[in-house]
Amino acid sequence: MIEISVRKLRKNFSIDVDMRLERGVTALFGPSGAGKSSLLNFVAGLETPDSGVIRLGSRTLFDSSSNTNVAVHQRRIGYVFQDSLLFPHLTVRSNLRYGYKQGAIEPETVIAFLGLAGLLDRRPATLSGGERQRVAIGRALLSSPQLLLMDEPLASLDMDRKREIFPYIEQLQHRFNIPVIYVSHAMEEVARLADEVVVIRDGRIASEGNRFERNSILTGRVASYDKAYGLTTLSHPAGKISVAGHLTASATPLRIVVRATDVTLALSPPKDISARTLLRGKISTCEVDEGPIAIVHVRLEGGEEIAAALTRKAMAEMGLKVGKPVLCLLKSVSIDERWLPSG
Amino acid sequence: MTLSAEEWTTILLSLRVAFLATLMCLPISIALAWVLARKAFWGKSALNSIIHLPLVLPPVVTGYLLLVAFGKRGVIGAFLDNTFGLVFAFRWTGAALAAAIMALPLMVRAIRISMEAVDHRLEGAAATLGASPMKVFATITLPLAVPGILAGTIITFVKALGEFGATITFVSNIPGETQTLALAIYSFLQAPGGDAAAWRLIVVSLALAFAALLASELLASRLQRRFGGSA
Repeated sequence: MIEISVRKLRKNFSIDVDMRLERGVTALFGPSGAGKSSLLNFVAGLETPDSGVIRLGSRTLFDSSSNTNVAVHQRRIGYVFQDSLLFPHLTVRSNLRYGYKQGAIEPETVIAFLGLAGLLDRRPATLSGGERQRVAIGRALLSSPQLLLMDEPLASLDMDRKREIFPYIEQLQHRFNIPVIYVSHAMEEVARLADEVVVIRDGRIASEGNRFERNSILTGRVASYDKAYGLTTLSHPAGKISVAGHLTASATPLRIVVRATDVTLALSPPKDISARTLLRGKISTCEVDEGPIAIVHVRLEGGEEIAAALTRKAMAEMGLKVGKPVLCLLKSVSIDERWLPSG
Repeated sequence: MTLSAEEWTTILLSLRVAFLATLMCLPISIALAWVLARKAFWGKSALNSIIHLPLVLPPVVTGYLLLVAFGKRGVIGAFLDNTFGLVFAFRWTGAALAAAIMALPLMVRAIRISMEAVDHRLEGAAATLGASPMKVFATITLPLAVPGILAGTIITFVKALGEFGATITFVSNIPGETQTLALAIYSFLQAPGGDAAAWRLIVVSLALAFAALLASELLASRLQRRFGGSA
């Protein structure tokens, strides 16, 4: 278990966070400048909080009450930075070996896993962004860390490079069984990777996030592709889902992200409407307060949940309440398929 | 152009002085440059100013202060003489010391700029990989600052070859002991009809300075290639 309980006061910004993380991938999610990277730096020891405690399993890395502050190089925490920070004067091989400790993780395993065999004699300046990030991940793994920190590892890459790296990060957890803290402000990354999401806003945990920015994740399989209109149809227990663009069928289910504000609810199938996706379900919970906007959660056929943001007025006029069967209308264009494997 | 035995003595002495000066200057400059580039402490500006003093003081003043400090009756000079039998005043080693002090600000500056250009987050990354501060310095900071260290070394060497004011004040102008190229040229120019002899040494000076600069250019471009153009 990882315990992070830290406070730091700055001139125009403060951090005050208490959290306990279990194994697996934890995503720290939130807008830029919310303090996510500072939290990682506290854990790695690159920055020092004013007060608090940081524990990794039974090891205390930082405790202001006992003046404990383990040096960065003794923390055994791997760190993958947004801009890889490979050592420019060393070859890929020497970069990988830099922090190598005899341990559970062997160089051959990592080189094979990340496909680095052909790059070993190159220098970082000659690598593409995606290659650099793979080397950076390998370098961190080979130091046999007890925890892996990843600070927006995909943020500086273009879409193709992201697609190249993503599967490696996805499999990382299963292959090496190291707990990961993953910082990102991209919902798609967080949705696909994280076992647990902690939303950070203004240096504090806002676990619920902003209600109107709520996202749902649906799982479907590619059923067909309409070449004439460039639409892919996914099959889902609650109905067909139309996605713009060509997605090739694969054995693994695809996860798509739907924003609550892009979901419309209807009581019967509407005619003359541009939305191409209708999903059947029943209202499971409603979040209503005095504000004008409510969040309605719908349990879809097949068991997945989707959140819809609508006005309190619409709720009242339609007589929406828990247990009522509804249809969820999704705009095809709103389905975020950027993270789906390329065709 | 063949050189006389005296001329060879002068040239070899100059080279010896320049080598020793560079050798003395290098570790001190690296340490000072690292402290200035990477550490924040009280009195940093004062330290920086003291290092730069030889650059702004008249060389005669620097030479005289060296004589006061390192002379036989100077505080440091007497101590070194009594405990280690080391004497600098009026010796070729003194000429090297004077040259080293004069070149120090130039070398510190070159290395400091180079070290400041090294992304300090690379050092942080090395630390997360388990490298101790010493290992980080030896394997990251120092190698990446090599272009600056090289530039500083060449500047120091060339500066030491040509140092005049502080040298003549501190160790005088003794042929075969402290008379370097610059001092020898000065002596020839002071004597009537010495122009021709002076010119021979002027040509030698030119050749040495040119060779040193050329060597540094070649080394620098080789390094540039090794770092793949990213250094």
